[in-house]
Amino acid sequence: MPALIGLALTSIFVQNFVLVKFLGICPFLGVSKKLDTAIGMGMAVTFVMTLASIMTWLCQKFILVPLNIEYMQTIAFIVIIAALVQFVEMFLQKSIPSLYSSLGIYLPLITTNCAVLGVALLNVNSASVISSEGSYTLIETIVNGFSAGIGFMIAIVLFAGVRERLESSDIPKALQGMPIALISASLLAMAFLGFAGMSF
Amino acid sequence: MTDIFFPALAMGAIGLFLGILLAFASKIFAVEKDERAEAITEVLPGANCGSCGYAGCSAYAAAISSKGAKINACSPGGQQVADAIAEIMGVQAEAVEEKCAVVLCHGETETATDKYIYEGIEDCSLEATLQGGGHKACAYGCLGFGSCAAVCQNNAIKIENGIAVVDYDKCGGCGECEQACPKKLIKIVKKSTKYIVKCSSCDKGADMKAKCSVGCIGCKICEKNCPVQAITVENNHAVIDYDKCIGCGICAEKCPKKIIIELHPEEKKVEKTAKKS
Repeated sequence: MPALIGLALTSIFVQNFVLVKFLGICPFLGVSKKLDTAIGMGMAVTFVMTLASIMTWLCQKFILVPLNIEYMQTIAFIVIIAALVQFVEMFLQKSIPSLYSSLGIYLPLITTNCAVLGVALLNVNSASVISSEGSYTLIETIVNGFSAGIGFMIAIVLFAGVRERLESSDIPKALQGMPIALISASLLAMAFLGFAGMSF
Repeated sequence: MTDIFFPALAMGAIGLFLGILLAFASKIFAVEKDERAEAITEVLPGANCGSCGYAGCSAYAAAISSKGAKINACSPGGQQVADAIAEIMGVQAEAVEEKCAVVLCHGETETATDKYIYEGIEDCSLEATLQGGGHKACAYGCLGFGSCAAVCQNNAIKIENGIAVVDYDKCGGCGECEQACPKKLIKIVKKSTKYIVKCSSCDKGADMKAKCSVGCIGCKICEKNCPVQAITVENNHAVIDYDKCIGCGICAEKCPKKIIIELHPEEKKVEKTAKKS
C-alpha cells in the first residue's frame, strides 16, 4: 500500500505529466482560459486516462505479448484509446446526459491527447514497484493512470487561475495573449521542479 | 512473410473487433434527437446570452420543443426569430417585448467631481474594489472604463464623457453588461419604456450636491407630482415602477436636476414636428 501511495504522489507531483514530462501541452494551453472549463477538461482527462490505462494494459498483456508483437503497441494503443473515447461518449450520452453535456466538447478532444498515449506507454514499459520483476501490475496501472490524470488536472487548474489573473493585468502589448501564457507556464514548470529528486 | 502477415492480421482483428463493438454500441446507446429542437437551435442567434432564462440557445430550443416554453423569450433575436420558431413549431407567433439596457448614471466628466486621479489598470471591476469605490466622488457613479462595453456582443455601448452610453437601437437586451457592471448601474428594461431616472446614488441630498451636479437629491418633487404614483424615492434616489408608469413626462418636467430622462427623445421630436406640419 505505501508503495502505491508513493507511486501516486510521484506521478502527481514529481513526474507531473504536463509540467515535468511536458506531455499534453496542447490542451494545457488551449483549454486553460477559464477556471471552470479547465476543471471540466481535467476531470475528462482523468476519467479517460484511468480507463485507457486499464484497456491498454489488458491489450498488452493478453494480445501483444502472447503474439510477440509489442513493437505494434503505439498503433494498437491509439486505436484502443480512440475507440474507448467514442464508446464512453455514446455511453454517457445515453445514460448520464448531464455529465455528457458538461464533458461534451472535451471528450473527443482527448482522443489524440498525447498525455493519454504517454501514460498508456509508460504503464507497460516501467518497472513494477510492488514486485521485484516485470512491468506495472494492473493495480499499479490503475493508480498510475488515475494519478497522472489528477496531476494533469492540478496543473491545468493552477494555470487557468494564473491566466484569469493575467486577463486583468497590465501586460506590455508585445507579450499579450499567448507569449505571456507561455512565460507563465514555464514559471509554473520551474516551480514544479522543486519536487524533483523527491522519492516516496 | 509471416513476420509481416501475422502482426497485420492481429492489428486488423483488433480494429475489426473495436469497429463492430462501436457499431453495436451506437445502436444500443442511440439517443433520439428532437429534429424540431435542432431546427430551432439553427434559427436562434447562438449568442448563449441567457436572457431567455435558459442555460443557452440549445437549452431554450429543447425547452420550446419538449416542454412548451414560450417562443417569444429571445430578446436579442426579436420578432424575426420568434416568427421563424413559430413556423417550425406550427403555432402563431406572439409579439416579442424587446428589451434594452439602460445606464442609471449621468455623472459625466464635467458634472461629477473626482476624489483623486486614478492611474492603474483600466477596468471597472478592479477599480471598484478600491477603498471608496474608485476615483469618482460619488461612490455609486459610473467609472467609465467600459467593462460593460467589453462584454457587449453588439458593440452597443460606448464610453462618452466618462460614462457608458447605450445605443438603444443596437442593444439586444441580453443582460451581459448588467452582470459586468460592478456598480450595478445597468438595468434591463423594456424598449417601450418612456422615462428613466439616470441616477442610482444612495447619498443624502446635501452630500450629493457637493459630489455631482446632476445627482438625484431625493427631493420627492417627482413623487408628489406623479398622477399614478409610479415614482417613489428609495434610498435617496427616485425609482420608477415601469409597470405603472404611463409616460406622461410630468416628473421629467418638474425634476430640478433634470435627471429623469426620456429614453427615446427623438421619436417625440419627430411626432411634434409631424403635428406642426
